[in-house]
Amino acid sequence: MRGLASIVVATALTLAAGAPPKVGDPAPAFSLRDLSGQTLDLASYRGKVVLIDFWATWCVPCREEIPHFVALQDKYRARGLVVIGISMDDTEPPVRAFYQKYGMNYPVAMGDAKLADRFGGILGLPVAFLVDRGGRIARRHDGQTAAAVFEKEIVALLGK
Amino acid sequence: MRVIVRTILATICLTLMCGLSAATAQTAEPATITAADLAAMLKKPASERPLVIQVGFKVMFDQAHIPGSEYIGPGSDANGIAELQKRVGPLKRDAVIVLYCGCCPWERCPNVRPAAALLTSMGFTHMKVLHIANNFGADWVSKGYPTQKGQ
Repeated sequence: MRGLASIVVATALTLAAGAPPKVGDPAPAFSLRDLSGQTLDLASYRGKVVLIDFWATWCVPCREEIPHFVALQDKYRARGLVVIGISMDDTEPPVRAFYQKYGMNYPVAMGDAKLADRFGGILGLPVAFLVDRGGRIARRHDGQTAAAVFEKEIVALLGK
Repeated sequence: MRVIVRTILATICLTLMCGLSAATAQTAEPATITAADLAAMLKKPASERPLVIQVGFKVMFDQAHIPGSEYIGPGSDANGIAELQKRVGPLKRDAVIVLYCGCCPWERCPNVRPAAALLTSMGFTHMKVLHIANNFGADWVSKGYPTQKGQ
């Protein structure tokens, strides 16, 4: 019994300390203002498959991934894919310019350290999360990932 | 006439040599320091520690940075370079400076090379760049090197 209590206390302390979410955990909730001024609330996409991309305009691997995300968003929007970009840039103007130049077709908001912490730390770019229709983290990709890998995982999640 | 031709040729050669030298300075890989060596340097008395400057992004700095390091701004950005120039301008050219980023894998980091090139062009002789193979999280934080949080 004491052992169980210890486990409960330890778990509570870990959660209180902000343990990084693992695959299968609920994706951290957030509500941000996107570049167009609209509210970007992750909870409102429950029932969709969500790809959350942490990126920056000056990050070369991020820039190479974005055209693929634009294409995936186009291809799978009707089946329930939503791509969300969280910019790690210091300021918004370059993000706005980039958004236009790259024809980004999904919402982008500015991130901060608190949000990054809740996702287990964004200490390198890009980092992408796939969230399933139930709002749980299905995958985390650190670093540039092939478009084919994303597509295969997205298709699998959309099919569920 | 011969003198004029010689002068023109000499000017062309000098211009080409200067251009080549500047291009070499821009493209040469900066001197690096390993994480283990920098961590050892950080244990020394304050007066012997290097000035450590992060030239990556603020959100990463706020999450985790090398204790005592300063945030300047991305080295790939004109504002970041201007801030770096302002910060190091008054320093002696033999000041020991370590630059780091860790946003991306070493070969693809857009920030450390322009920052290092600036310091080289300013005449800093004891400047090194922290070699981060993958990213700051994997190669510094996860390896247990000292880390500080906050701004």
